[in-house]
Amino acid sequence: MAMIREIFKRNKDKQGTTMPNKDSKDIPEGLMTKCPSCKQITLTKELKSLHKVCPKCDHHFKMTAYERVESLLDEGSFESIDDHIKSENPLGFPAYTDKIRSDSEKTGLNEAVLTGTGKLNGQEIVVAIMDSHFRMGSMGSVVGEKITRAVEAATVKNLPFVIFTASGGARMQEGVLSLMQMAKTSVALKRHSSAGLLFVSVLTHPTTGGVSASFASVGDINIAEPKALIGFAGRRVIEQTVREKLPEDFQTAEFLLEHGQLDAVVHRADMKEKLSTIVRLHTKGAV
Amino acid sequence: MAKKNAAPKTMGFEEPLIQLRKKIEELKEYTATADVDLSSEIDSLEERLAGLENDIYENMKPWDRVQVARHPDRPTTLDYIPLIFKDFIELHGDRLYGDDEAIVGGIGSFDGQPVTIIGHQRGKDTKENIRRNFGMPHPEGYRKALRLMKQAEKFNRPIVCLIDTKGAYPGKAAEERGQSEAIAKNLVEMAGLEVPVLSIVIGEGGSGGALALGVGNHILMLENSTFSVISPEGAASILWKDSALAQTAAEAMKITAPDLFGMKIIEAIIPEVRGGAHHHYEKQAEMIAQAIRNSFEELKGLSGEELIDQRYKKFRSIGIFSE
Repeated sequence: MAMIREIFKRNKDKQGTTMPNKDSKDIPEGLMTKCPSCKQITLTKELKSLHKVCPKCDHHFKMTAYERVESLLDEGSFESIDDHIKSENPLGFPAYTDKIRSDSEKTGLNEAVLTGTGKLNGQEIVVAIMDSHFRMGSMGSVVGEKITRAVEAATVKNLPFVIFTASGGARMQEGVLSLMQMAKTSVALKRHSSAGLLFVSVLTHPTTGGVSASFASVGDINIAEPKALIGFAGRRVIEQTVREKLPEDFQTAEFLLEHGQLDAVVHRADMKEKLSTIVRLHTKGAV
Repeated sequence: MAKKNAAPKTMGFEEPLIQLRKKIEELKEYTATADVDLSSEIDSLEERLAGLENDIYENMKPWDRVQVARHPDRPTTLDYIPLIFKDFIELHGDRLYGDDEAIVGGIGSFDGQPVTIIGHQRGKDTKENIRRNFGMPHPEGYRKALRLMKQAEKFNRPIVCLIDTKGAYPGKAAEERGQSEAIAKNLVEMAGLEVPVLSIVIGEGGSGGALALGVGNHILMLENSTFSVISPEGAASILWKDSALAQTAAEAMKITAPDLFGMKIIEAIIPEVRGGAHHHYEKQAEMIAQAIRNSFEELKGLSGEELIDQRYKKFRSIGIFSE
């Protein structure tokens, strides 16, 4: 009797161990990526070769700044500048310094924008790529300073300036200093523009607030990625102010295109060719 | 200026003064009717009042200043214009869409010199506030401002901008017509103006909607005005998920004139009439006029190119970081 019980017990144990558990059912982390829009599961490797665009629904995944460099610029052509500038905590906000440090470790960036020179089909440009994985891409003193220096470098070298924006706006923790970065980048862009040089702004998801209301909107040519959220005020704030439900596509790239606020909406797979053509058409003797 | 004589609406931090004034009034009334001489008591109370006024008005906390900056009787752009400038003619419209009454602009003269004046305009009562959209501009307001600045540049006259807004209007139509682009374009175009530009914050300087009139050779702030990236209420709700902590946020965000002067963002603080500009419009206007005179004097020798250069250097240097 006891033996029989033993047998059942053992069986129970055995069954317990052979039951596929939850962990083994899951896909190893990072191997596959699920589209947040259509739930399609794609091999991460494949997704990368598709410039992080879902093959089923065309959803444009957020890109890190380094992924953008890889997807856009000629291989090995990118040289970063101003990686050494560090944020301070000018208003003494608690935990701000720690947050910066942890985002810096997470992204490998010193701040929410990566700047440098690179080549687009052999043509040299100065580029700034914002990364929304770093403090939501918000602009404080360092982001403003890095973009300003990049614009100045473009002016000195007589080169086009291309920016990929991705930002929630000004950075609260640096207060009015953040706000003033809108003016700082603007005075630098004015000088670049007065020198007759080309500025292309590529607005990616999301571009809002103070970034939308400064350099992002004043390119000689303004391009956006499909479905990117672009706007000055937040949807919730507007809904509370006007007390009405806003249309589904409100503040999307397509909405802005329809309202005359953009030159074009460009699919990421075509971005390099389009940008490269635009640069070529602005280069003397290159056409 | 009837408003000057009307009983000023009071603010929380002024409560001890109100109590004391009331007490003095009561005593005076009592002496007038009764047969007792309380003049020495009244004198001593009045002395205490003067001391208390000093204490309170000389040590205003950031939140006190926010309240003064938002005071319903605080003079607005259209209150100041006739007191500071002569021959003012208002010019309307952006030539593209409409006329935004949250921003007013026009031409006039200052010390015998033609100038262009542009400012945010809020209302003082509900009716006027609806007309002025509470001083919160749409894109056409910023485009009107830019049109008038370009006009000023053509005729080589200086520009005075008066800043007084909670911010650009967060509305559906504003987004559709390009609120972001309108503000952004003003920042870039102001950077290239070949005439002197003065930006004076007279009340609230709220975020991008204020900065769109703020890329001046000099930025001046009235003593009790504020300039911030977000309202204290907004900052409190984002940072601590509680808009009731606005008072704390007002201190933490460093939004007062002395704060901005300390950060080298503004060139000068314009003193205010004791207790706030709403106590005496004419005196306040005279103090602003003097500040404009000083700035014009400082900038008058600069050529167009030098003015652009000065503006470049001013904004280029703003920011705190290490390398």
